Amino acid sequence: MAVVFEKTKMLTDVPFHYCPGCTHGIAHRLVAECIEEMGLQDKAIGVAPVGCAVFAYNYFNCDMMEAAHGRAPAVATGAKRVHKDKLVFTYQGDGDLASIGAAEIVHAAGRGEKISTIFINNAIYGMTGGQMAPTTLVGQVTTTSPYGRQKEHCGSPLRMSEMLATIDGAYYIERVSLHDVPHIIQAKKAIKKAFTYQMEGKGFSMVEILSTCPTNWGMTPTGAIEWLKENMIPYYPLGVKKEGE
Amino acid sequence: MAKKLMKGSEAIAEAAIQAGCRYFFGYPITPQNEVPEYMSRRMPQVDGCFLQAESEVAAINMVYGAAGAGARVMTSSSSPGISLKQEGISYIACAELPCVVVNIVRTGPGLGGIQPSQGDYFQATKGGGHGDYHLVVLAPSSIQEAADMVMEAFDIADMYRNPVMILGDGMIGQMMEPVEFHQPPKREIPEKTWAATGWDGTRERAIINSLYIEPEVMQVVSDRLQKRYELIKQNETRVEEYKMEDAEYCIAAYGTTARVAKSAVNKAREMGIKAGIIRPKTVWPFPSEAFCKAADQVKGFLTVEMSAGQMVEDVRLAVNGKKPVEFYGVMGGFLPTPNAILEKLIQLKEGK
Repeated sequence: MAVVFEKTKMLTDVPFHYCPGCTHGIAHRLVAECIEEMGLQDKAIGVAPVGCAVFAYNYFNCDMMEAAHGRAPAVATGAKRVHKDKLVFTYQGDGDLASIGAAEIVHAAGRGEKISTIFINNAIYGMTGGQMAPTTLVGQVTTTSPYGRQKEHCGSPLRMSEMLATIDGAYYIERVSLHDVPHIIQAKKAIKKAFTYQMEGKGFSMVEILSTCPTNWGMTPTGAIEWLKENMIPYYPLGVKKEGE
Repeated sequence: MAKKLMKGSEAIAEAAIQAGCRYFFGYPITPQNEVPEYMSRRMPQVDGCFLQAESEVAAINMVYGAAGAGARVMTSSSSPGISLKQEGISYIACAELPCVVVNIVRTGPGLGGIQPSQGDYFQATKGGGHGDYHLVVLAPSSIQEAADMVMEAFDIADMYRNPVMILGDGMIGQMMEPVEFHQPPKREIPEKTWAATGWDGTRERAIINSLYIEPEVMQVVSDRLQKRYELIKQNETRVEEYKMEDAEYCIAAYGTTARVAKSAVNKAREMGIKAGIIRPKTVWPFPSEAFCKAADQVKGFLTVEMSAGQMVEDVRLAVNGKKPVEFYGVMGGFLPTPNAILEKLIQLKEGK
């Protein structure tokens, strides 16, 4: 019988620990498929964050490092400076990248560090149980913003892609979403482009992926998809924020 | 190789290069800026990489990444900066990564001052970061010894897959002395088959990690680390004894303080006081045996430190109440004078 579909070899057989309806699984698969399709199996070194994707080292079937909270871009810098010919990527959530690791991501981009960052923005801290993230929308209820995030009290959410796009060393920054199939296909294209630019030695690249967290948003998986479309995309517009020098 | 007059910080940097270190990540802080400055000049000459990080926090995590990728790597800083690195050092210890961390100690707590101190002894030897771990901590008392220790530090780190700290007080960083570079005695150093270098399937997949969520696994890792520390204690404890053969009074001191203590001991001997020195060259592992043994010989101990009294606790543990252990400390960035130490020795002798 002809094989029409196979799981990518760049994912191990370890079952994901992610909640039902969470889009981390899709993001993992896209990253893994890109590595395999680009023939970079033996060249990939991934850096996992602290947060929901903390166990990513169990899933990506390549050499992996697990970084301290927010420090993945610094860890990736160390690895990439040693192995200049390898594909070094970080996989980070919004708390990890936009809050505690804000300095590390800004300066990795500033140095034009030849690494790629997959940035999962689901507007909440997932692993710790649904606290407010720097990307939580104004009015959004979380366990540490029980009355909804108030702008007067803790400001507005950060648009990391737009911020990083102002940095010279950032070569390619795109925001994508996983809320439907056409957008998933677009997300994969963006990841592939980020990896391609890295292997060409162009500079820092990041793909911000708008994702859902049904568990901590308190929604059904389909309800979460709708919420992402209606609330996140207007605040976090999709598209290429920077490409080229 | 002819001896060359070098500043301590520069000798430390050159020793790292001579030991094959090709990656250095650091952040400026006084009084150790000559280390990163020297590295920024030297690394490009040897195809190495000097990178000024955005913070000490980033620097130590770059060290984690480079060490995890299999490279010989070093960072250096001074007390407040070393505090910032503690999170990363704890992760490095648990992930079993070899690297060298240099601390040119200044006064504290807080921003403190930029003059010499030994106030980071507790932090260096008792953990510093969270969790059950130890660094191997080498404490040089001359520029030559600093160079020798740095070169050996990389071998020790690689041999045990454990971070090694060079604990030098501000004097060691700033003073100039003649120095030459010798390769340390050859050791059997295992290949870094665990490093993340890109996986071609011919070995186990490399996972550089310090997260062990299952208690059963964490216990295994903890036991492995503790067994390794025991091995390090057996193999790597270093101590220097000075005029201890017939000593009736023993000074315990390390680093620059031990050099001042030598002058005090010589003066004491001229006065007929039989004094000697036990100088820990490794402050972790601490040479407890040397003190334990001396406790059966001498009438009393005097611990001298540029701190409020930190190593003195380890001396007292080793002496275990057999003999009195007195303490003399100076703080604020001052060094003890030989006369002040001598005076304390006389007081010890007279039982005051």
